[in-house]
Amino acid sequence: MAEREKVRRPKEAERPDVDEDTAALRAEADDRKLDELLDEIDQVLEENSEEFVKNYIQKGGE
Amino acid sequence: MAVHKVLGTETEYGISVRPSRDFNPALASAQLVNSYPGRRVRVQWSYEEESPGRDARGFGHEGYGVADPEGALVNAVLSNGARLYVDHAHPEYSGPECFDALEGALYDKAGEMIMFRAAAATTELLQTGQRMSLYKNNSDGKGNSYGAHENYLLSRETPFGDVIRFATTFFVTRQIFTGAGKVGAENGRPETGFQITQRADFFEEEVGLETTLKRPIVNTRDEPHGDPSKYRRLHVIIGDANLSEVQIFLKLGATALFLAALEDGALPDPLDLADPVEACWRASHDLTLRRPLELDGGGTATALELQWRYHDWLKKYVEGELADDEVAVRVIDTWEGILSDLETDPRRIADRLDWAAKLRLLEGYIERDGLSWADPKLKALDIQYHDVDPGRSLYRHLTARGQIRRLFTDDEIQRAETFPPERTRAYFRGTCVSRFPGSLVAANWDSLVFDTGESHLKRVPMMEPLRGDRLRVGALLDSVDDAAGLIAALGGH
Repeated sequence: MAEREKVRRPKEAERPDVDEDTAALRAEADDRKLDELLDEIDQVLEENSEEFVKNYIQKGGE
Repeated sequence: MAVHKVLGTETEYGISVRPSRDFNPALASAQLVNSYPGRRVRVQWSYEEESPGRDARGFGHEGYGVADPEGALVNAVLSNGARLYVDHAHPEYSGPECFDALEGALYDKAGEMIMFRAAAATTELLQTGQRMSLYKNNSDGKGNSYGAHENYLLSRETPFGDVIRFATTFFVTRQIFTGAGKVGAENGRPETGFQITQRADFFEEEVGLETTLKRPIVNTRDEPHGDPSKYRRLHVIIGDANLSEVQIFLKLGATALFLAALEDGALPDPLDLADPVEACWRASHDLTLRRPLELDGGGTATALELQWRYHDWLKKYVEGELADDEVAVRVIDTWEGILSDLETDPRRIADRLDWAAKLRLLEGYIERDGLSWADPKLKALDIQYHDVDPGRSLYRHLTARGQIRRLFTDDEIQRAETFPPERTRAYFRGTCVSRFPGSLVAANWDSLVFDTGESHLKRVPMMEPLRGDRLRVGALLDSVDDAAGLIAALGGH
């Protein structure tokens, strides 16, 4: 049983460290992409969230 | 020796008509099936061949018959080999038998577009201002769950006890890459803002026959839909409906490899969990992916660590047994990439896994609009992620901006709406729907029944899932003009 306790994480050592500046730049670019996406989604979102969620009832299945 | 893992998906969709004061989901689902404008035949589904009450552990259940005999009237077989029908109060797309996980993912995606076209056609028939919407999700957020099942062909020789013993931990821990994400908790599970899966809260037993209450992690339904002396067909009910193509591919591919390795005795350890039912929701509620689960016999491991174990065993298995199988190799690579990124930072996986993509979106709204997890807007976003209407689907907005990776083009998916897989018996079924729609009167996964104008109906059994493929019957189908010619060519009278 002891063997099971030592579940390893084989990939950790193999991965190179991500350069911090690169990571920051990537995060910034992703934030910008996300902002644009949210603006786009605002246009198609169901108008009355509360009503929409309240009426979404699915009984029976499988 | 493992049998080839013929596989498929069976997905129930959430359905709504709005605005409507007297919405009846069963009626709406029937209307949807009947409105589907693609190539299909409305048939009698041969229920006498089905046995949902048969238990793989070896006992039968009395009175476990057809829950909704009227549903037999609302049943279509499609030219892609799939079944489109009403299951209780939901429309269901049961995809055709597929040869591998890549094909399985493609036909699962085709199901979404089939549902979209059917819903659009139904909306045309509704009162002005009303719209039918369908959602490829698994929960209404109010304690009602509906299924996204998978099925895999197994050898009858595989002891079902081994499946139970080995698959339980695999099913619980694979949730980290099968989840579609959900706002909140249900079914009495502890409160949480967001969790990895739609379904985990609903699993209450380790093993069982049920699918609608006290859902089990390993479902024992024994319907081989083929020669019962040779095959089993594992019915997997612990999974979410996915939108991400990569995710559907990995879910089907990793599970198929796992089951093949199990049949070949290539899994060294069942990795038993101390309490699989508790581990099921705990793994789903853990967005850090770092909380340990207790192992039977002592010690702990995270779901991610256990998945690494399975990955490593199956990588070896593929290298030894399936080195020439490109799809199997691709499954292993995809799996490794996803586990690595889950380990580093789950946000890196937002381009491949629904739950992570949804979480990124929801956290974006929380930050921008200062929302709390209880805000109905987040629940609305959660539901709308799964809308099958490409204009409304938030998943589609992400793919359109290149923020979720794809495996297929829209053209490939569109083709799969009409044409069947070519390497399984779905080819024979689907082609018969296209070629002889007027003569096909009944169908099931393992047979077709034709009316050729004679005194007796002609039944064509299809007990081998890998026969009836294009290689074996393509030329024969091309050579006949009608169903009577087909029956004659097959040697029937």
